[in-house]
Amino acid sequence: MSDPREEWQQAYDATTLREGPFDTMSGVPVDAVYGNAPYPGQYPYTRGLFAAGYRSRLWTMRMFAGFGTAEDTNARFKELLRAGGGGLSTAFDMPTLMGRDSDHEWALGEVGHCGVAVDTLADMEDLFADINLGSVSTSMTINGPAIMIMAMYIAVGEKTGVDRSALAGTIQNDILKEYQAQKEYIFPPRPSMRLITDMMKFTSAEMPKWHPVSISGYHIREAGSTAAQELAFTLSNGFAYVEAALAAGLDIDDFAPRLSFFFNSHSDFFEEIGKFRAARRIWARWMKERYGATSERSMRLKFHTQTAGVSLTAQQAEINIGRVAIQALAGALGGTQSLHTDAYDEAMALPTEDAARIALRTQQIVAHETGVTNVVDPLGGAPYVEWMTDEMERQAEEIFAHLLDIGNDSILEGAYAGIDNGYYMGEIADAAYRFEREVNSGQRIIVGVNDFTEGDDGQRNLLRIGAEVEEYQLKRLADVKQRRNSDAVTASLTRLASEAADPEVNLMPTMIEAVKEFATEGEIVATLEGVFGTYVEKAVI
Amino acid sequence: MSLHGKNQRGQNLRELSAEAIFSLALDGELRALGRLITFIERDSDEAEVISELAHARAGNAHVIGITGAPGSGKSTLTGQLVALLNQKHPRAAVLAVDPSSPLTGGAILGDRVRMEDVASPETFIRSMATRGHQGGLALAVPGVVRVLDAMGYNPIIIETVGVGQVEVDIAGTADTTVVVATPGMGDAVQANKAGLLELADLFVVNKADRPGANDVRRDLDHMLDLSHTTGQDQRTGMRPEIVMTAALTGQGAADMWAAIERHRDAITANGQIDERRASRDLEEVRNRVMAVIERRVDDLLSEHGTTGALKAVRDREMAPSVAAREITNTRFG
Amino acid sequence: MSEPQLRVVLAKLGFDGHDRGIKIVARILRDAGMEVIYLGLRQSYLNVVNAVEQEDADAVGLSMHNASHMTLAPKMVEALAAAGLDVPVIVGGIVPDEDVTELLEKGVAVVLGPGASAEQVAISVRDAVAAKA
Ligand SMILES: Nc1nc2c(ncn2[C@@H]2O[C@H](COP(=O)(O)OP(=O)(O)OP(=O)(O)O)[C@@H](O)[C@H]2O)c(=O)[nH]1
Ligand SMILES: [Mg+2]
Repeated sequence: MSDPREEWQQAYDATTLREGPFDTMSGVPVDAVYGNAPYPGQYPYTRGLFAAGYRSRLWTMRMFAGFGTAEDTNARFKELLRAGGGGLSTAFDMPTLMGRDSDHEWALGEVGHCGVAVDTLADMEDLFADINLGSVSTSMTINGPAIMIMAMYIAVGEKTGVDRSALAGTIQNDILKEYQAQKEYIFPPRPSMRLITDMMKFTSAEMPKWHPVSISGYHIREAGSTAAQELAFTLSNGFAYVEAALAAGLDIDDFAPRLSFFFNSHSDFFEEIGKFRAARRIWARWMKERYGATSERSMRLKFHTQTAGVSLTAQQAEINIGRVAIQALAGALGGTQSLHTDAYDEAMALPTEDAARIALRTQQIVAHETGVTNVVDPLGGAPYVEWMTDEMERQAEEIFAHLLDIGNDSILEGAYAGIDNGYYMGEIADAAYRFEREVNSGQRIIVGVNDFTEGDDGQRNLLRIGAEVEEYQLKRLADVKQRRNSDAVTASLTRLASEAADPEVNLMPTMIEAVKEFATEGEIVATLEGVFGTYVEKAVI
Repeated sequence: MSLHGKNQRGQNLRELSAEAIFSLALDGELRALGRLITFIERDSDEAEVISELAHARAGNAHVIGITGAPGSGKSTLTGQLVALLNQKHPRAAVLAVDPSSPLTGGAILGDRVRMEDVASPETFIRSMATRGHQGGLALAVPGVVRVLDAMGYNPIIIETVGVGQVEVDIAGTADTTVVVATPGMGDAVQANKAGLLELADLFVVNKADRPGANDVRRDLDHMLDLSHTTGQDQRTGMRPEIVMTAALTGQGAADMWAAIERHRDAITANGQIDERRASRDLEEVRNRVMAVIERRVDDLLSEHGTTGALKAVRDREMAPSVAAREITNTRFG
Repeated sequence: MSEPQLRVVLAKLGFDGHDRGIKIVARILRDAGMEVIYLGLRQSYLNVVNAVEQEDADAVGLSMHNASHMTLAPKMVEALAAAGLDVPVIVGGIVPDEDVTELLEKGVAVVLGPGASAEQVAISVRDAVAAKA
């Protein structure tokens, strides 16, 4: 059988669909797909990963939140689970993300703020208390100290009788974009990659339900890149992890299906849609042609989308709701697997509950009222959309060529070289400055900022985290330090240091031992810094 | 810190004379030293007094120039060097020179970050922009070095990017000039073109953790063999050493410092160091005279304005060379 | 020489890693003819104090995008004062309106909101420096 249309039909027919009807608001029935081959579900997946698209399953409406103490978040997790959710999304506070304890001098004012504070295994135990880790899927947004947090999660499972092989979830663990954009790095790039490789090997061997890296362009875009740069830097980071895993002896079809992506959805509607479509096509081609993947699952790029935090304005904040709706629609038309919509008041502070609810409702409108979910890749075949998709791909390929050039034919080496010589940071800073100048000169209108500015009452309720959280956490940390066996802590840290110095050893087992002795995140980081060094970026302005 | 210094703490420097600020700086007040350098940099009225005061106390510091292509790791290396010296020479000073924007005169000076965390608390780091007139830089740098020297800083490291003649010259007037090369991009060849080869008292091949570092070393060796002096510095009769470093980890920094010391000892032993310093001072005199004369020439020409010889040149009635002779004859003849 | 060149130290304190804004400001100030001593991310009070002293800076610009601006900015003002450095501290980034008054009371010279134009940024730095002179 070789007719693509027939093939598509078969695949579509074999899919379990959501409940219909799949017709317009006025009752006009519509087909599942229009236009030409390759159809959705067919290589290179420009038109979508699966034949039936959102007719089979809507995107996951994932809302990422969390602040306060581990106990606060635990209560919310349980609420979520009671309400039928099966996925827990964990945000950590700034000190935790930076691998420092709550009693670090810079932690003041940050503890428990944009996420939960985790200093030791005790916090992690509180965070997941009374939750059966064998029956949930947990996503953890953390990068620099990912290996410690992962070790703690495994240890909590062990202590509650859940074998690590039963643990399911994702850890962001995308360190390359930290050097390039988000700047939450700890160690220099190469030792950081070694930690990631250790985790990829460990999860490949022992944790079949775990996704060890989620490759994130979101932060690259937030830092000011263009859409094409976001696309290219993110995918090339993906290639870099693939090359690192291959070099570590893993089989591509073993681990590539476990990689997932995370993109930004900004306001230039068609550019975003072109970006998403190009992302699928590029990934499929590179996986197949360059890296020799044979499984379709390796070639299918799955991604999560979040609306653009940077696009939110402090001025006339309510109008952000309009921006978020348009960006969410672009994500849906681009075929995202899951979506987070920003709250309109996030430009100034943490989202209030009301604003978070409106954000969720906004994507529900897109899913249930607009009808875009009736047809798979409804824009496919439109000349402008196809041109934009090609253009995004062309620009991305130019960037890949540059990376291969500076990396002597290796994307991984190209990524190191680009971080080292300031390539990424320079490109992003240039793009951000160009945009800023255009807004400044009035060439580019941002509603409420440089035009249509009347009507801002400036009154907004802001959510603040009380100082109690910090006090509580500091006391908790002190208590744990008091109670633990400090000789055992020292011994495990010493072993960790010596293993860190030997790149042949997988650090994961000893890491698990160390967190079980209640070594703090800060202590483990300091130990590893002693071997790996601390990264100081070259400021590229 | 002396009582005197304490009493003055918080006092507005604007209300003090240059002499008073100088003595505050001698007492260890860093903001006073910072201000002295500003005066020198601006060549303001106070500069001459300060230079005179400084001259009387200067002459002890070992001045090291570090130059090389942008991004070759000069600042990281300098940081490593300073960190290494924490024990033996805690009072090192660094002068990091970066170009100003020719369009706006502004500058972004980003070298400091690469050094501050590793340097000893007594290290003094100053960032300097080239500020348009490159001749000005050639005047300012020796002045700033003199002040740092007078305050007891030793060694004094000057970092300049190895592009542009003035930057290269500045590094070249040091007691010991270090040229940094890196693997890739034919760095050795570039160094040759930029005239860095003749200048170097010492080569550092940085980023030795990268592939190709040995090739650079070999190329440099080769070029030294080929150069007309058969690799020997005419001034010292020494062949520049080549040291491999990986500044990110600090590897090789000790070797680099040892080679710098060997060079310093050698030129101290053979008297070269005094000669270099003397010629540096003479060069400064010459530059200052030149600067004055240049300004006068500019005034003179603007006096002529659009009349006379200049107008004739503009109207293509007179050749430039004839006009020049006419003007010099009437003025300096 | 005409007007003396202003020298501004730009830094981010603490953990905050959002450097899009501070980089844009660095370019704005450079393009306004100033010399920017760019310290960038993760600076300590001491680093900033040292830089102001040694670089003889005329002003300090802090970019703040995290919750800790109310803790860090006043402490920076104190640290500079304790070192006898009378330079204005200008805060930019994400600062809710309701925090501005308190920051100004605690010695911050200017708070620039997210909507500040390039001209406003450059002018506020000039004005803040002039006000100290
Ligand atoms: N791999 C590697 N990278 C290095 C080494 N030394 C410096 N770097 C990196 O090279 C980049 C440039 O380093 P800098 O020290 O800023 O170089 P520079 O010569 O002072 O640069 P400019 O002042 O901009 O001309 C930084 O990203 C450093 O981390 C090294 O030995 N090995
Ligand atoms: Mg430098």
